Formats: sequence, structure tokens, C-alpha cells
Amino acid sequence: MKTIAAIVAVVSKDVRSELRTRYALNALLMFVLIAVATILFALRDDHLSSDVLAGMFWVVIFFTAMSGLSRIFVSEEERGTTFTLQLVATPSVVYWGKLFFNAGLTLLLTGAVAILYIVVFPAFVVQSPSIFIVTLLLGDLGFAASATILAAIIAKAHSKGTLYPVLSFPVLIPLLMTVMQSTAKALDGENISDAFGDFQILIAYLLIMAGGSYLLFDYVWKD
Amino acid sequence: MFGKIDEMKIVKIASIVLITFVIVVGMVIPMVAVPQTFWQFPLIPGLEEKARNIFYHVPVAWVSVLGFLISLWYGFRYLQTNDFDNDLKSVSAAGLGFMFCVLATVTGSIWAKFNWGSFWNWDPRETSIVILLLIYGAYFALRSALGSDEVRARLSAVYSILAGLTAPFFIFVMPRLVGGLHPGAQGDTSGSTPVAQLHMPLNMRLVFFLSLLGFSLFFFWLWNVCVRAARLEQTIFSNKQ
Repeated sequence: MKTIAAIVAVVSKDVRSELRTRYALNALLMFVLIAVATILFALRDDHLSSDVLAGMFWVVIFFTAMSGLSRIFVSEEERGTTFTLQLVATPSVVYWGKLFFNAGLTLLLTGAVAILYIVVFPAFVVQSPSIFIVTLLLGDLGFAASATILAAIIAKAHSKGTLYPVLSFPVLIPLLMTVMQSTAKALDGENISDAFGDFQILIAYLLIMAGGSYLLFDYVWKD
Repeated sequence: MFGKIDEMKIVKIASIVLITFVIVVGMVIPMVAVPQTFWQFPLIPGLEEKARNIFYHVPVAWVSVLGFLISLWYGFRYLQTNDFDNDLKSVSAAGLGFMFCVLATVTGSIWAKFNWGSFWNWDPRETSIVILLLIYGAYFALRSALGSDEVRARLSAVYSILAGLTAPFFIFVMPRLVGGLHPGAQGDTSGSTPVAQLHMPLNMRLVFFLSLLGFSLFFFWLWNVCVRAARLEQTIFSNKQ
């Protein structure tokens, strides 16, 4: 119970500081708008296949997330609050707190991108919402699991902004390939049982990456 | 293993002998439609003389994976022991693995141009080697961006373990997602294991495994040289300060 309370405290501290500064949120939402607008300029009049749309959907999410998810640790490093956090909380509490915050941010972001796509692309019709929602949920959680530990690594490095997507891409490829495929299935209106294989891969990815980074986080966090 | 130069001499000579043997034998033995003696390889339709690539390209690709696994293992050992020597071993193995990974990508790509018609096909095995290349690239980019030696050793070890955690997805999952051209890919009736070279006749298999052994020994010899050089470099560097 004490651990859960501590995790909640870490998350609520990050939410409050985010709401006060709007550091990540505003930039992320503007980034989404710009990226979708660019794609619209290029592809507006074409009849796009569901594979292309699903790919574009996750490309926007990947690059937007890469521009914002590292804030969670970089901001601690920049404000010099890392040591305080190390003093008041155990590494596992910090890890789960940051993971939940990032998962929430990714879900918010994906939701925004999904609504934008549905509004601006006539071809982006989600014919089987159940596949779409499960894919987004599992995909975002897996995404946040990898992105959080990599953000903790990147916070110690010099060239944070450019290095983050470079480090994340090879680790995220299995996830991205799977979510692109099952998003295409959702757009094609396939039966939910056709996507169970993809969901199994996503669950396995989530468990492996969350478990692995939980075990490795001590080595990243301690100085 | 390190420091005992006599052992390494055996490894060095054995690798030179084996690789020379494989280069000569793999090129000289004729390929005929119906092999009569042990000294003839079968001619596989669709592959013909290009099948000889298996003796050189596959061992190089294998060594690039071996380099990554060794680097990962010594990264893991570094986290356990905090012994800086493990980091030297890890980064040396990664550097060599990177070199072999580039070689495997280039040789595979040239071969693919002649056999499959284009330099790049995004076959699952090709995708995996590019991802290995990206992981190596990211590993060295991360190392150069970290300031102190201790942090660099620790975080790069964590990164290589994280990247290694995704390996099962590339070995078991991706060949199912993407149709492929390599043996063992989706739709290939001859078997669906990641290691698909076992349908070769005995004499080809012998040359292939000797080549695998030769290239692995060659890797260990190079690795030993790199580690000793890195240790000397470190000694000189710490004496200067």
C-alpha cells in the first residue's frame, strides 16, 4: 500500500508540474497538428490504402512521442531535481510513476492523432473499433514501457534530442510493425479473432520490456 | 583466455588455415547436376554457382550476431561486477561485430542483386540485419554522447541488454509477419526453423561448418587483439593523468 501511495505521489507530482508549465503537452499537440498537416498537403487527394494510412498514423505517433516523452527525465535533470527524487523515493517507485505518466501522455497523444485522422482523412474509417481500441491501448503501453527507460538513459547524455529516436527505433520496431499491421486490420474491418495473434505479440512485448526495464532501472537511475 | 598469448596463437593459425581451406575448397569443387563422388556439390536449380555464397556470407552474418551476444554478455558482467575490464571486452566485441555486420549486409545485398534481382527486398532476414546495424549504430552514438567512463560503461550495457530483449521478436515473430525469400521464411515448404541450412548434402555441410568455425576463431583472435590494445591504451591514458 505504501508503494502504491508513493507511485501515485510521483505521478501526481509530474501531472501537477506538467499542468503548471504545459511544457510537453503544448509542444506535443502542436507537433501532431504540424505532422498531420504536412501529410495532408502531400496526400490529400489520393485514394490511400489502409496499409498506407495505418503506417502514416504510427509514423506521426512515433515522431511526436520521440519529441516529447524524454521530457519526463530530462526535465528532472535540467531543473536539478534528480537528487531530491533519488532521496525521497526508491528507484522502483520512480520507475513505475514515470511509466504511468508516460503511458497516460502517450494515450492522450494517440487519442488526439486518432481523432484528427478520422476527421481529416475520409479514407480513415475504423471499421472494427474493437481491434482499433485494443491495439491503441496495448501499443501505447508497450511504447511507454520502452520509451521511459530510454528517456532515463538519454537524460544523462549530451545530445538528448537527436539521440532519443536513434536509440528508440531499433527497440520499438517489433512493436511498430505489429501495431501498423493490426491498425490496417482495424481499418479493413476484419474480425477481432484475426487480430488475436497481433495482440499476443503486443502483450508479450509489453511484459518483456516493462519487466526488463524494471530490473535494469536501478543501474540507470543511481549515480 | 586473455594474456595467454600461446593459446591465441593456436586460435590465430587455426582460423587462417580453416578460412584458407574454405576459400579454396568452396570455390574449386565443381557443381554438377547429379553428384557422383564426394568431391562434387549438387547444382541447385535457381541458385547454381551462387550457392557458394553460403560458405562466406552466412558465417560473416553469424559472427556479427556472435559479436553482439558477447558484447551483451560482458555488458551484463560489467553491471554485476563493476569491473572496467568487462566494459573493454564488451565494446571491443561490439566494434568487431559492427564491422562484420556491415560486411554481411554488403555481401548479402550484392548477392541478392544477382539472385533475387534487386539489392534490397525487405525480406525478414534482411530487415533483422539492418536492425542489428541500427542497434550497433545507436550503441556507439550513445557511448560517444556520455561523458564519464563509468556512466558510459553502465548505460551502454543497459542499452545493449534492452536491445537484446527484442531479439526473440526478430527471430520468432517477424518471419511470420513478413513474407520472405530466405530459406525458412513464411511459405517455404522445406521447413520453418530459423536455421535452415540443414538440407545441404554432407560435403557442403562439412565445408559450411568448417567455415563457421574458422570465422568464429578469426573473430576471437581479432577480439583478443582489440581487448589487449584497449587495455594498453587505458594504461597509457591513466599514466598520463
